[in-house]
Amino acid sequence: MKHLEIRGLFSSYGSTRVLRDVSLDADKGEVVSLIGPSGSGKSTLLRVLIGLTPPTAGEVTIAGEKVDYRNRRSVKAVRDRMSIVFQQYNLFQNMTVLRNVTVAPIKIKKRPRAEAEKNAMSLLKRVGMAEKKDAYPDELSGGQQQRVAIARALATNPDILLLDEVTSALDPERVNEVLDTIRALTSEGITMLIASHEMAFVREVSTRIAMMDEGRIVECGSPSRVFDSPTKERTRDFVSKILKH
Amino acid sequence: MLEQIAEQVPLFFGYYNVVFILQAAGRTLGMTFVGCSVGFVFGFLIAVLRQSSLPILFLPRLLGIAYVETFRRIPFLVILYIVLFVIEPLMPGTSLFGIATVSVCLLSTAFLSEIIRSGLESVPLPQIEGAKALNMTGLQSLFMVILPQSWKVILPPAAAFVVMFIKDTSLASQLGVIEMTFAGEMLVNRGFSPVLGFGAVLVCYFAMSWPLSRLAIRLEKRLEAS
Repeated sequence: MKHLEIRGLFSSYGSTRVLRDVSLDADKGEVVSLIGPSGSGKSTLLRVLIGLTPPTAGEVTIAGEKVDYRNRRSVKAVRDRMSIVFQQYNLFQNMTVLRNVTVAPIKIKKRPRAEAEKNAMSLLKRVGMAEKKDAYPDELSGGQQQRVAIARALATNPDILLLDEVTSALDPERVNEVLDTIRALTSEGITMLIASHEMAFVREVSTRIAMMDEGRIVECGSPSRVFDSPTKERTRDFVSKILKH
Repeated sequence: MLEQIAEQVPLFFGYYNVVFILQAAGRTLGMTFVGCSVGFVFGFLIAVLRQSSLPILFLPRLLGIAYVETFRRIPFLVILYIVLFVIEPLMPGTSLFGIATVSVCLLSTAFLSEIIRSGLESVPLPQIEGAKALNMTGLQSLFMVILPQSWKVILPPAAAFVVMFIKDTSLASQLGVIEMTFAGEMLVNRGFSPVLGFGAVLVCYFAMSWPLSRLAIRLEKRLEAS
């Protein structure tokens, strides 16, 4: 049984179709990366999966359970096991770093505060942000905020992690500290879907790559296949343009 | 004229006059305080209602919008008369102060609701999506994420509104409520110099609104720091 199964997913924004017949699956612990030009539907796919954008048709199955995105309880169950890290970090501006990481475990998962804080501190240590636990988000750099956001996403023990262009808003010299953090996560058995423009990184950490264009998955396969011998013209074009510099 | 004022001063600041003025000031402050407190609670509820997208709240939401948009456009004096002519036949014997206070509540609910709504809307959408993705309910994200971030947008115009409202309650004198302005007028009619009568009124209004403005500025500074 596949851990995550997406079948014939459609989504529209107004009259524009943002996702057209997207099918994709992932085994437990697999790292699948979505590449493709801006506006190709990578972010929308991730947003649909976590219930922030409604699908218009299609099926999503997680660990054998079909998700009904019109049903609040079903969406709640999805978010219970799935976390997302946004391009713009979206840390709560009114909370300290530590509170950002503990708020969901304490208030949503009803874990004891001491336990949640202990867990949060070990996560913050892992992303190298432990000494900033009492800082507010606006006192941190983009890279630091994004590392806290990763800790926050992990605090609820997700078995699926969505990363939505997490380095696109960062200063170039801050990109690596975030990529290093993610790289360390890929061996933990968490199923990951990564939307990214960092081709070298994606190639290194992914088990599979899905190339998206105009809301469709054009091509999907192992990193070496997609990057070295793409079968589709569109992929070849995109990859060559991106890898040229 | 100065001689006349000097002559009147001891009499003007006699025990009964001072009590009379303080009582009037109490009514002004009472109307403002009760009105704005009630207005804040109901204004908040309407603002939240307008933010919600639940289908079952469609009709209440529509009523909320209609209420806010109507009452923000009616002059306070007209509200006073409407309330007077509705309440008098329904509940005879209601005090004029009560009627004026109800009017203040109606108006401040509409204005404060609009101020609170724009505060709630000032919080960027990604903050709310972050809350959603973490499985917060609408109310949890309202109280833990949205409200704490909207105070600094809500507070300055809300404080300005309350300060302005201390002054606007003077219109209740048209109904016969003996609040600050009416009290000044009565003292002048009793033969005291207008300089003394309305001078006292001026000092009282200032004494009521100045500390409030200062408090608001201090709160703003504290919010800014956090």
